[in-house]
Amino acid sequence: MITKALKIDRRSFIVGTAAVGGGLALGLKIPFGADVVRAQDGSPEINAWVVIRPDDTVVIRVARSEMGQGTITGLAQMAAEELECDWSKVTTEYPTPGQSVARKRVWGNFSTGGSRGIRESNEYVRKGGATARVMLVQAAADAWKVPASECSAANSIITHKPSGRTTTYGKVAEAAAKVTPPAEVALKDPKDWKIIGKSIKRLDTIGKVTGAQVYGADLKLPGMLNAAIKDCPVFGGKVKSFEAAKVQGMPGVRHVVQVGDSAVAVVADTWWQAKTALDALPISWDEGPNKQVSSASIAEMLKAGLDADQAFVRTQVGDVKSAIAGAAKKVEAVYAYPFQNHAPMEPMNATAKYTADKCEVWVPTQNGEAAFAATLAASGLPAEKCEVYKINLGGGFGRRGAFHDYVTQAVLIAKQVPGTPVKLLWTREEDMTHGRYHPVMQAKLTGGLDAGGNLVGLHLRLSGQSILAAVFPQNLQDGRDNATFQGLDPSGDFTLGYTVPNLLIDHAMRNTHVPPGFWRGVNINQNAIFLECFLDELAKASGQDALEFRRKLMSKHPKHLAVLNAVADRAGWGKPAPQGVHRGLAQMMAFGSYVAACAEISVSGDKVKVRRIVCATDPGYAVNPAQIERQIAGSFVYGLSALFMEECTVKDGRIEQTNFHSYDSMRIAQMPKVESIIMPSGGFWGGVGEPTICVAAPAVMNAYFAATGKRIRTFPLKNHGIQMA
Amino acid sequence: MARLTINGKSSEVNVEPSTPLLWAIREQVGLTGTKYGCGVALCGACTVHVDGKAVRSCVMTVSAAVGKQITTIEGLAANGVLHKVQKAWVDNEVPQCGYCQSGLIMAAAALLKDKPRPTDADIDASITNICRCGTFQQVREAIHAAAKA
Repeated sequence: MITKALKIDRRSFIVGTAAVGGGLALGLKIPFGADVVRAQDGSPEINAWVVIRPDDTVVIRVARSEMGQGTITGLAQMAAEELECDWSKVTTEYPTPGQSVARKRVWGNFSTGGSRGIRESNEYVRKGGATARVMLVQAAADAWKVPASECSAANSIITHKPSGRTTTYGKVAEAAAKVTPPAEVALKDPKDWKIIGKSIKRLDTIGKVTGAQVYGADLKLPGMLNAAIKDCPVFGGKVKSFEAAKVQGMPGVRHVVQVGDSAVAVVADTWWQAKTALDALPISWDEGPNKQVSSASIAEMLKAGLDADQAFVRTQVGDVKSAIAGAAKKVEAVYAYPFQNHAPMEPMNATAKYTADKCEVWVPTQNGEAAFAATLAASGLPAEKCEVYKINLGGGFGRRGAFHDYVTQAVLIAKQVPGTPVKLLWTREEDMTHGRYHPVMQAKLTGGLDAGGNLVGLHLRLSGQSILAAVFPQNLQDGRDNATFQGLDPSGDFTLGYTVPNLLIDHAMRNTHVPPGFWRGVNINQNAIFLECFLDELAKASGQDALEFRRKLMSKHPKHLAVLNAVADRAGWGKPAPQGVHRGLAQMMAFGSYVAACAEISVSGDKVKVRRIVCATDPGYAVNPAQIERQIAGSFVYGLSALFMEECTVKDGRIEQTNFHSYDSMRIAQMPKVESIIMPSGGFWGGVGEPTICVAAPAVMNAYFAATGKRIRTFPLKNHGIQMA
Repeated sequence: MARLTINGKSSEVNVEPSTPLLWAIREQVGLTGTKYGCGVALCGACTVHVDGKAVRSCVMTVSAAVGKQITTIEGLAANGVLHKVQKAWVDNEVPQCGYCQSGLIMAAAALLKDKPRPTDADIDASITNICRCGTFQQVREAIHAAAKA
């Protein structure tokens, strides 16, 4: 009785237009066949999001990747809320990118970056749960021959109210899978949520404390070989030659292969053997023209952009030049932000198996579809002959999202040993020197204050790298990279929280050969420092309190102001701090959330102790407050490590830092007490993983000025002899 | 060829004697809970216990480990019961990505063996692992919770 037309409708009900992007439409095949789509274990799919096993286990499909941020738990809470299932029976699984393509991207976007896991998929995931619930209830009603309107569902149990009969989801799942899905489903009012908004325990903790969880680097496949790789140390360089014969007799070595035109890999029985042989392998490189580039030459290029006539204008209000020229007081400052590596604890890796008929890749990725696209391109095989299996990530932070260079490499190696799975694992040194780095940026800020101390004009000129120009040039708008202005936008998810009568924000794009990438927080990291430290400079120049000065500019931005007020109140801004403790403030809107921080620090010589951070966020809805607290605390570790310690410098065209001795990261002894204020105001969905990272550095730097009277405008602080105590 | 005693079991490992213990554990014995993070004893992801002490296994050779009692994260739980540090880690929901947590748990377990009621200063001095997700606030809470358990 189920027609094919109905089936297609059911499978594509969520992504109505079934948009297929990224060239993945090639080889598209929609499966026709059995009436019920089944999971691998034979259990029926109620729809793409929900599988229910006969024992009542609820399997919720999650397309986004879990990398520690808690998204599989949060998204499962979304579906479970509407499904009305027993939370204790919930488990999750990843659909594969190949299945997604074959089913017209029924699970939507796989990309797990930009703090978008929940904020961009909450609605269709909740609808997935609601639709499944309606179908399950209908199946029970059909079996009882009663109207569905007389039945209700709670805790995976369906009840026919008039008769008191009950059944379970597991018992009606088979029949429910054949029910025509409703065209429309109503979602709950947030005030009725029972699962969303609760600090429910994560679904994925136990395997992480027993060592049982398998990450990409841990994968074992029958007959698998292991590969270590060296890519040309200078970006854009090539392999000139290598002397394979020198290492071919070393223990365990099976193959010495060139990978693309820029890398060489050793394939051996074990990874340690591969790495040992690779270290002994003489390789000569054609380093190309970029070997002349240094940090100093890049800084010169950016500096020239600060005063360049041509720049991409993002915001122009009033007449900044005249306003500043006519101001009672002019304040000017130049800031600079360095390249930084993501340095997730698990180095880049991917496992690939290639035959002429099939290419399979197992990879820890933030974007299964992008890994799939890389697999297609590197293998040369059509989509129906490729598959990607997502493995747990040992951190991502943006490195494993848009870039799948390690997938390309793994496939290119596997093609040279067809039929044998090969696991490619980078050394830490390879990972440090072949990143997709936080963009390098300078900024010149010029502000004009009138006689009353009011900010009458502000020009913020950015000069530096564009991520989009390097990664997604199709997303540039008339050449302009709007992402560069994150946190400084006139409207949207990254709105500037200040109203200035004469305002100019522009970007002199200055790109380098060092490849840029999306690094947790992306462009808000430097923009928050530029803006919020300069606001403090302006407040000081006008003789006003940093909070009062900001408040005067924020009357049209009540949500920005609310989080700022919240941290000021909690920290006791305006009241005396303990002896030797100094405070600093910062606020920003990013990834749809409003965030603010107050830092308390003490300074002793060249040692800075960050004692306490009070941080507030308004993400609209707080799906799992306990996990939000952890993301906030963690974001300060990432942000403060960056502020104090992290810089990738360029010498002879290559990155100089090779391991944690020269690219350090905070330890527990340096961890401040982080107090989170989660204040969801409702009506919108903001991100969690990234927004708070950006207020760490400016809040601490403003406290540093309060403590010392010194403004530091280039980073990291280690370059000024400052240590994090 | 060397004989190692890992989690109470004797294992033959067929490696060069200079091979780091980490890689013998991961690739010969097949216990992958012990992680590779830096290879130079900076990050602590590879921490195991050798004769009861926390050791960074990426810089200890197999030959140096012969004859010693080695415990990995897989051997911390006894008879299927989580170690009190593991239990505290679960109760406090410490892990985010989890990759560095084996090393942190092994370091914390060694600390508690040495100092059953560690102060914050003791924790600061002995827990020097890198965690890029930034779980330190929960790590500290969980160590104190385990000490009280």
